[in-house]
Amino acid sequence: MIFILQQYWWIIVSLLGSLLVFLMFVQGGQSLLFGTAKENEEKTLLVNALGHKWELTFTTLVTFGGAIFASFPLYYSTSFGGAYWLWMAILFLFVIQAVSFEFRSKAGNLLGPRTYETFLFLNGTFGTILLGVAVGMFFSGGSFVMDKSSIADTFQPTISYWTNGWHGLEAIVNPFNLLLGIVVYLAARTLGLMYVMMQIESETLNTKCKSQIKITGPAFVLGFVAFLIALFTMTGYSVNPENGLISPVKYKYLFNMTELIWPLVMLVAGVLLVLSGLGLNIFGKRVGKSSFFLTGGGVVLAVWSLLICAAFNDTAYFVSTVDPQYSLTLYNSSSSEFTLKTMAYASLMVPFVMGYIYYVWRAMTKVKMSTDDLSKPDTHKY
Amino acid sequence: MILASLVDLSRLQFALTAMYHWIFVPLTLGLGFIIAIMETYYVRSGNEFWKRTAKFWMNIFAINFAIGVATGIILEFQFGTNWSNYSWFVGDIFGAPLAIEGILAFFLESTFFAVMFFGWNKVSKKAHLISTYLVAIGTNLSALWILVANAWMQFPTGMQFNPDTARNEMVDFWSVALSPVAINKFIHTTTNGYVLAAIFVIGVSAWFLMRKREEEFARKSIKISAIFGLISLIVLIWSGDGSAVHVAKKQPMKLAAMEGLYKSHKGTSLVAIGILNPGKKIDDYYDNPLKYKNEKPYWVNISIPQGLSLLVNRKMDTYVPGVEDILEGGYVYTDRNGDEKIAPPIEERMELGKLAIAGLADYRKASKAGDEEGKDIAYKQLMENFDHFGYGYIEKPSDVVPNIPLTFYSFHIMVILGGFFLLFFALTLYMEFKGIIGKHKWYHWTAIASIPLVYICSQAGWIVAEVGRQPWTIQDLLPVNAAVSGVSSGSVQTTLILFFILFSVLLIAEIGIMLKVIKKGPGA
Repeated sequence: MIFILQQYWWIIVSLLGSLLVFLMFVQGGQSLLFGTAKENEEKTLLVNALGHKWELTFTTLVTFGGAIFASFPLYYSTSFGGAYWLWMAILFLFVIQAVSFEFRSKAGNLLGPRTYETFLFLNGTFGTILLGVAVGMFFSGGSFVMDKSSIADTFQPTISYWTNGWHGLEAIVNPFNLLLGIVVYLAARTLGLMYVMMQIESETLNTKCKSQIKITGPAFVLGFVAFLIALFTMTGYSVNPENGLISPVKYKYLFNMTELIWPLVMLVAGVLLVLSGLGLNIFGKRVGKSSFFLTGGGVVLAVWSLLICAAFNDTAYFVSTVDPQYSLTLYNSSSSEFTLKTMAYASLMVPFVMGYIYYVWRAMTKVKMSTDDLSKPDTHKY
Repeated sequence: MILASLVDLSRLQFALTAMYHWIFVPLTLGLGFIIAIMETYYVRSGNEFWKRTAKFWMNIFAINFAIGVATGIILEFQFGTNWSNYSWFVGDIFGAPLAIEGILAFFLESTFFAVMFFGWNKVSKKAHLISTYLVAIGTNLSALWILVANAWMQFPTGMQFNPDTARNEMVDFWSVALSPVAINKFIHTTTNGYVLAAIFVIGVSAWFLMRKREEEFARKSIKISAIFGLISLIVLIWSGDGSAVHVAKKQPMKLAAMEGLYKSHKGTSLVAIGILNPGKKIDDYYDNPLKYKNEKPYWVNISIPQGLSLLVNRKMDTYVPGVEDILEGGYVYTDRNGDEKIAPPIEERMELGKLAIAGLADYRKASKAGDEEGKDIAYKQLMENFDHFGYGYIEKPSDVVPNIPLTFYSFHIMVILGGFFLLFFALTLYMEFKGIIGKHKWYHWTAIASIPLVYICSQAGWIVAEVGRQPWTIQDLLPVNAAVSGVSSGSVQTTLILFFILFSVLLIAEIGIMLKVIKKGPGA
């Protein structure tokens, strides 16, 4: 039973992760500040259109964190406590985002609108790249040691340690992680461009986005292909569920796809959806909502499948580069069966939550946002 | 032993972020409902006055909410970054409420927040009102789950230690979620938010009255808030009393620190007001007993005879142990199963804790070697002494005593201010119903001055709860020095300084924006 629950929770956590990547269209949109949205009016429109959605992205990030804490606490303690500086950098980038929408245009905001716009830009650019880097470590691993018996050592009771002083900063210069970081950034930016075209009534901004996406979209696809090549040719680590021993396997992630099949189907479906969404957006005559949702849906499927591939089929999902035997697997890092089961009941609420999010999203985005809308007396303006 | 500075810096960083977070959260907890009540008047009467009034306070809510979210995310991730051992040791229990909070509360809050602020033209009046209520409920639900987690740290229950995984595992969800400590904590903390929001609204409205601006807006805001605040305060005081009873049973050291009670006797008195003698230091109890004995606990104090006994057990002659008594043992305490036991001296508890930890080490060694008999013996040794497990990590007995002056003064400031607010609400309602509230400048100044006071009161409450339980992250099971991450103290120092600068700048910005919004008023 616990095996099923561990897999169920990895699927849920992966789903949250993939939804987060989709919802980072908000960050992608923020990355358009200054470069694409130059005029004040454009900036205001952009910030307001994104501002209606940023909380959803933020909440998904927080819930992703909470869910991984609850279901795989050893990952939480090993990665967060070890790759300290990487996670702290991510946190800082999200703290500055959270206040910027509300504070940007308000009188008395101390730092001036431009500073808050810069905060949003930094979050949109480096927040996405660094989150991608952190996710990259699901495949490339980290330099940690982990021994649960340490808790019985009253002088050194810490279970897991990072073995270098960089505490996660070294992960940023790892080409594989960096590539994934850039791909995540490009995905977010592509979706951000699509969201702007879908949601904002502004000819100048739309024209600029339209020409932007012709570069960003293909770059995202090419980057993703490069990432897949790197992933499928790399060596992964397999765990023997009987004795917990971990051993290297060449082309592990490729085999995970071909042996399990269904993640492969998800990945292919995801890629096709992304391509059709992009095609529709770049070549289509009328850009409606479909290209955004097709691409977004494709991103969710593809990311979901890759995250599943990181841990399923007896794969170590957080490999220790110091000694693979320290690596984390679904089996040695999860919560107890009772906790996973209790939370599984709570997770039955997820469809209901998604239902009201869908309802509210529809009600709130029926019409495009224009400068006129923002000057109406009843509007809460960012 | 891990460098004390790492532990202290990590504690300071957590305290900094939690206290900053706690500046913003209480206002949203209460203001959400005050706004919802105002909007209800609007929907029922159709009077635009109420819409304008609700929208003014919503604006304040939004500014405050954003920075509450910003400080909140740090708290969640800090459990991993700075308290990684804790995250594993109790993640099986602590993580669950956090995940449920995300799924059930945060999405509710953030989804309907969008409707509340941007939906005036997009959804019907009723749908908007429901959204406003859902935001208020979502905010309070968020508080529920994190407080369940916090209460569990103060009174760990519903779990079993598993030596194979070297952690505590949940065996009874409902005893975690519905533990009496959790329920009491939830009521006490949320009503604190309601009182704070009520006083905030009254204070701001009093400023309008003083300026003779927006008098109808101000008076109606005051009326709603004063009634809401008074009812909340009564519940707050009642739950505070309940909290003292729990603390007496489950965290006697915290209670002793709250009262500055060093040596006790039957029929313990309650210090109403007092100034501690800073010369009386608990380290001297071991290092310089003569000096310790000669130092009086208070410089000045006014006490209620047998008050503490009456407070915690409703009996005049109950014995409430003081700090020394707890260090020496021999008093009766209630363990996690609700059984009454005689407490051993701290030195003995430290030895028993070391036995428990050694039992765990032996168990894991025997398990590796496949020695079943050895496992059984070790397991027995571990479980027999498990109640003292955390004491095994304690270096010296005085380490189990929290900072007494900080806890003592915070507690008394909180109680005295609570009493003052009771008078303040009563006075406000009296003046409002007499129709003289707009006339007296001294009242307006009192109301404005009450705003910083209620924030101080709220923070003091946090200090009592969190400093008073030191050194325990998990009461009796895991002290801070065994919970901390394996990072360098330099790293923590750097992030601590960065957080301090960032949060302080954002706080100044927030106050600046609020003042401008208030100055502008609800407008036409």
